[in-house]
Amino acid sequence: MSDKSHDPNQMTGAAMIVRALIDHGVTDIFGYPGGAVLPIYDEIFQQSEVQHILVRHEQGAGHAAEGYARSTGKPGVALVTSGPGATNMVTPLTDALMDSIPLVCISGQVPTHLIGNDAFQECDTVGITRPCTKHNWLVRDVNDLAKVLHEAFYVATSGRPGPVLVDVPKDVQFATGTYHPPRKSDVHRSYAPRVKGDAAQIRKAVALLAGAKRPVIYSGGGVINSGPEATKLLRELVEVTGFPITSTLMGLGAYPASGKNWLGMLGMHGTYEANMAMHDCDVMLCVGARFDDRITGRVDAFSPGSKKIHIDIDPSSINKNIRVDVPIIGDCGNILGDILQVFKAEAKKPEIKNWWQQIAQWRARNSLYYKKSNDVILPQHAIQSLFEATRGKDTYITTEVGQHQMWAAQFYGFEEPHRWMTSGGLGTMGYGLPAAVGVQVAHPDSLVIDIAGDASVQMTMQEMSTAVQYELPIKIFILNNQYMGMVRQWQQLLHGNRLSHSYSEALPDFVKLAEAYGAVGLQVHKPGDLDGAIQEMISVKRPVLFDCRVAALENCFPMIPSGKAHNEMLLPEQANDEATAKAFAGGKALV
Amino acid sequence: MNQPASAYFIEERHDPNETHTLAVLVQNEPGVLARVIGLFSGRGYNIESLTVSETEAQKHLSRITIVTTGTPMVIAQIKNQLDRMIPVYQVVDMTQTRRSIERELAMVKVRGQGEHRVETLRLADAFRARVIDATTESFVFEITGNTDKINQFIDLMRPLGLVEVSRTGVAAIGRGPEGM
Ligand SMILES: Cc1ncc(C[n+]2csc(CCOP(=O)(O)OP(=O)(O)O)c2C)c(N)n1
Ligand SMILES: [Mg+2]
Repeated sequence: MSDKSHDPNQMTGAAMIVRALIDHGVTDIFGYPGGAVLPIYDEIFQQSEVQHILVRHEQGAGHAAEGYARSTGKPGVALVTSGPGATNMVTPLTDALMDSIPLVCISGQVPTHLIGNDAFQECDTVGITRPCTKHNWLVRDVNDLAKVLHEAFYVATSGRPGPVLVDVPKDVQFATGTYHPPRKSDVHRSYAPRVKGDAAQIRKAVALLAGAKRPVIYSGGGVINSGPEATKLLRELVEVTGFPITSTLMGLGAYPASGKNWLGMLGMHGTYEANMAMHDCDVMLCVGARFDDRITGRVDAFSPGSKKIHIDIDPSSINKNIRVDVPIIGDCGNILGDILQVFKAEAKKPEIKNWWQQIAQWRARNSLYYKKSNDVILPQHAIQSLFEATRGKDTYITTEVGQHQMWAAQFYGFEEPHRWMTSGGLGTMGYGLPAAVGVQVAHPDSLVIDIAGDASVQMTMQEMSTAVQYELPIKIFILNNQYMGMVRQWQQLLHGNRLSHSYSEALPDFVKLAEAYGAVGLQVHKPGDLDGAIQEMISVKRPVLFDCRVAALENCFPMIPSGKAHNEMLLPEQANDEATAKAFAGGKALV
Repeated sequence: MNQPASAYFIEERHDPNETHTLAVLVQNEPGVLARVIGLFSGRGYNIESLTVSETEAQKHLSRITIVTTGTPMVIAQIKNQLDRMIPVYQVVDMTQTRRSIERELAMVKVRGQGEHRVETLRLADAFRARVIDATTESFVFEITGNTDKINQFIDLMRPLGLVEVSRTGVAAIGRGPEGM
């Protein structure tokens, strides 16, 4: 037998975990210690290649890792202990699954001989997280650990990205075994996501695009996930075809908001022109989006006259909600490249002047109109001011969930991908602040702003402490309407204005709260003071809680009442009581 | 503001349901069955029958046969959702191929005396059910066939003293020389 004591690949499970992180290029992880991960923390202590950011709640670690991932295109990594540490990860894992964010979570587990005994801080972590991960593993043998960790990174980042979890019992962390660097055979042979699109389908798609009279491109988060090449090709396709383009919430930034073909976001709170173009188009090209119910509205009235092309890497996205005519399965970037090549060789720019004229008429409705005031800050105005003040700066925006999130999507113009981090699929209040922590860790010199709501921000406020500890100068820009505004809006529109439990009673004094954390607190009430305060926020090189007091009862429009079609939008100028009642009559929406 | 009218709006779909038998080849590893079943419960799909066993021990392959019902769109979703699970190698819609044989095995316990016993045996013979246990007042029959045949046999046994049934669920395989 050979002497294994000098074999550098012989190491403990805990050491393998740190080694695998290094081998996968991980430089920062977010975590929280506990009994079942102490061996891993001991290894972390004794090295300096991987920086560990200590959060204040495991949910914060998960969202921080998501923010890190979305702003870099690299996987985010979280480390949590067994039992409550793992259960606190359920929300961010689900969030990452819904929004296709590559996340690798490593959780500690009780020693293998105690599994099933209701041991202290035991829970069935792989059972609990099975439906909220792309895949998960319980590692019972230290000699399987390297393979599983490498596979975990591959699964998280390839195909449709998503969260994975590796559960490692404490005895496996202590045990010694053989490590190996990543290799191809680490991956299940059954897992082979398709990258290249079918050539015949691509030809069909090009034929449809070339013959379109009223085309629209509808792009989504998949384009951003696919990487910089996909964004470049999408922009080129818009240029070459001259087609109008809209995007989902998740896809903002793939096409620049200042681009001349930009229609604005589509969907429930999308622009009139985007939704009308979707409804009336004759050819729809959906790239990396999934016909979510917030996008389609009423499905049987969704874009009734169009031929639909759908590019998606996940075959289960095809025909899930909407029947499409030309599905193309594969990577967006790859397929956009092929489409462009065929289009440029065989087709010419379709003549769609009439269509653009029609769109101009819809644009003229000015669906994002709101009435400014000299006495009170309108939330839309606050976002516009923030946008103006940060224009041209190296800025990343995260959000919480609610009206402020939709106003941010409507009024903040994104020019580049990876600059916009928001919880789209799951709609997780409390996402934005820890996500900002993660973004700032990845981009220490950039301006990172969480556009927040007064209710959401209290869900993960404790991460201000993390920001202060690591000197992360995140800016928490709270549109404080003293309501769960989005809930109040639905109650007003759909439940007879019975504002059941949607008032933010007993709000903390955010300025004092900031100071208590050792951060900076700012507050504004008057529109005249807003720009100055925003400048102050930007120039402070410390974390800031910005309490922006805004009009309490402002509603977010335009809006497609759920269960209605795209052409049944409610526009702001029509949103008087009578029209609102009519738009929502015939029944309240279920979702 | 006016009160919104009536109940919440519910969209109904009226596509007819179909029954399909799916053969799913998976890596035989801990939790794989839980993943497949969790998919069905989590997404609200039906399971009419489920059979699972390791079929190739060296390669750690198991075969899961699932009989499910749904609209054509839902059936397509089920197949795609199964196919994208990491340990799933292949999903074959045995119903769509129209070239598959389906069998189920049932053990059926019947209790009775006198005329009933004779009638029971006569019917069992007609269905090619074998007696695998007998006492002076009972039989256990083993019967294989497609689901309809077994249902029919069980219905016939009911008035004759049916006590208990144990069924394996459906196993399916394609006709001809080709493998899956
Ligand atoms: C964790 C979680 N709980 C509940 C909800 C439901 N919800 C959606 S928006 C919202 C209100 C958000 O209020 P606030 O953060 O003040 O934002 P605003 O709408 O006022 O801008 C609630 C409760 C949610 N999205 N997430
Ligand atoms: Mg609010």
